[in-house]
Amino acid sequence: MKKSKAFWGYLAFALVIYAVVQGMLASGMLDLYYQNMLITICINVMLAVSLHIVIGVTGQFSIGHAGFMAVGAYISAICTMKLGLPFIVGIILAGIVAAVAGLLVGVPSLRLKGDYLAIATLGFAEIIRIVFLNVDYVGGAAGMVVNHATTWTYAFVGVVITIMVISNFTNSRHGRGCLAIREDEIAADAMGINTTYYKVVAFVIGSLFAGVAGALYAHNFYIIQPTAFNFLKSFEILIYIVLGGLGSLSGSVMAAIFLTAISQYLQAFPETRMIIYSVVLIIVMLYRPTGLMGTKELKDLFKVKNRGGSEA
Amino acid sequence: MDWLQQLINGISLGSIYALIALGYTMVYGIIKLINFAHGDVFMLGAFIGFFAITRWEMGFIPALIIAMVVCSIIGMIIERVAYKRLRNATRIAALTTAIGVSFLIEYTMIFFRGATPEAYPQVLPQTNINILGANINSQTIFILVVTIILMILLQFIVHKTKIGKAMRAVSHDADAARLMGINVDNTISATFAIGSALAGAAGVIFGSYYTRIDPLMGVLPGLKAFIAAVLGGIGSIPGAMVGGFILGIIETVVSAVGYSLWRDAAAFIILILILILRPAGIFGKNIREKV
Repeated sequence: MKKSKAFWGYLAFALVIYAVVQGMLASGMLDLYYQNMLITICINVMLAVSLHIVIGVTGQFSIGHAGFMAVGAYISAICTMKLGLPFIVGIILAGIVAAVAGLLVGVPSLRLKGDYLAIATLGFAEIIRIVFLNVDYVGGAAGMVVNHATTWTYAFVGVVITIMVISNFTNSRHGRGCLAIREDEIAADAMGINTTYYKVVAFVIGSLFAGVAGALYAHNFYIIQPTAFNFLKSFEILIYIVLGGLGSLSGSVMAAIFLTAISQYLQAFPETRMIIYSVVLIIVMLYRPTGLMGTKELKDLFKVKNRGGSEA
Repeated sequence: MDWLQQLINGISLGSIYALIALGYTMVYGIIKLINFAHGDVFMLGAFIGFFAITRWEMGFIPALIIAMVVCSIIGMIIERVAYKRLRNATRIAALTTAIGVSFLIEYTMIFFRGATPEAYPQVLPQTNINILGANINSQTIFILVVTIILMILLQFIVHKTKIGKAMRAVSHDADAARLMGINVDNTISATFAIGSALAGAAGVIFGSYYTRIDPLMGVLPGLKAFIAAVLGGIGSIPGAMVGGFILGIIETVVSAVGYSLWRDAAAFIILILILILRPAGIFGKNIREKV
């Protein structure tokens, strides 16, 4: 009862945000530059949240997330540009195919742990990229021209669905299984949790939303090239969740919004941006290895403030 | 005798991978950290060698030695500044920091000199030698000889000197080594110094062999060398050498057969196969996880 109340509360909150921004867009208060920035923020939030379920919730260190984004981007582009299907079908197919790719990658590689898993996911992401690089049907290294179809509405609905599914998953029986794996895999196994199953489920859900984000990305930038989905992109997504706090959904959302906004301003100086990113990352890791928010959520911070209030 | 020529090409590419892989495997053996910045130390080595040859007009060997010395200092600084605090941190924190250091080196380099590639000067004699019908460049043979000398030197340091003995002890059990009076911090620094010196040497060799260097050149050879280290069994020094040579030969064969665009994919497929089928690698020991 309590939970569903909170759920509707968040949904109403999301609707208000949507209505306000949509109103500002319609009245021309926000021009195309800001519209583009808002869409980019939404895509990055989706990517951050979809990686959060793999690293933050389940504790499986994947550094190949851009590979699934690439799958989504190319599949949706093929659907709309080559097969002439509507954009929404492209998005859904992108999610499904990326989830299948996640399953194919996840089943063999999630048996590995720690460093080895990280390297294996990196390897898979590179293989996916090289495949797109060598297939002439999708343009090879020159890339593929894609129509602009992503709007603020698509992007925002995507974010809301992503956050809703992943936060509900985290609070479910499955999510608690995943959290147990993050805390101690051997202990979770001993408690009768099917660790492989939960790891693969989290990985597939993460890949699905990365694919959807990739579809939105492809239809926002007019052209997709394999180089856009290299290790650098995976690293950027990783920064969002590491900075926000490994295990904190609201932390990774805030970090994604904040860093995307900063990088839009630093667009003219890409080297400076990368230097700032890496220095920030190193300093955060050295002095606060759990990230800025740790595993706390935004609402936990408010709870501490009015302890003993009516919240509990 | 085309295949012999391809084999020699593969071995010289493999020797570069092997030199970088040695640094990976030594560092992993001693502090269980994948030092992502290692590929960038390799890049710095290539640039230091380049400056030594073009600005100060040195020969190949002096440039190689300068690159090795400077890289070993850089390696020690990286370890002291970034990794020392993380000895007891989680794997995710350590790995993320290593990735961060890697990007910091790359983009600082781009920030100061731009991303434009540089053409390496010809420093080695270029004559073709005919062996059994295969045309082999004298440069290739020279590079191979230098690599083998460096590997023999490394084997000597690891097995016959005091610091080598300390390195083996720390990688076996750091706490027990500390109790025996070994200075663990200095030993780890020495490991980073030796590994980075080898990477620096590999950078100069790579530059004079492939004649083109740029600030992001370390990424792919770094990853490949890591694959070589995993292939040979990470933590094992002979494994890194063998893994490097095998990977170099496989890549050259894949290119020679006509799939040069799939060369990088081949390396990653090998990585994934070895991780899934035999994670300990060719020379690695299987360690069971204790609760």
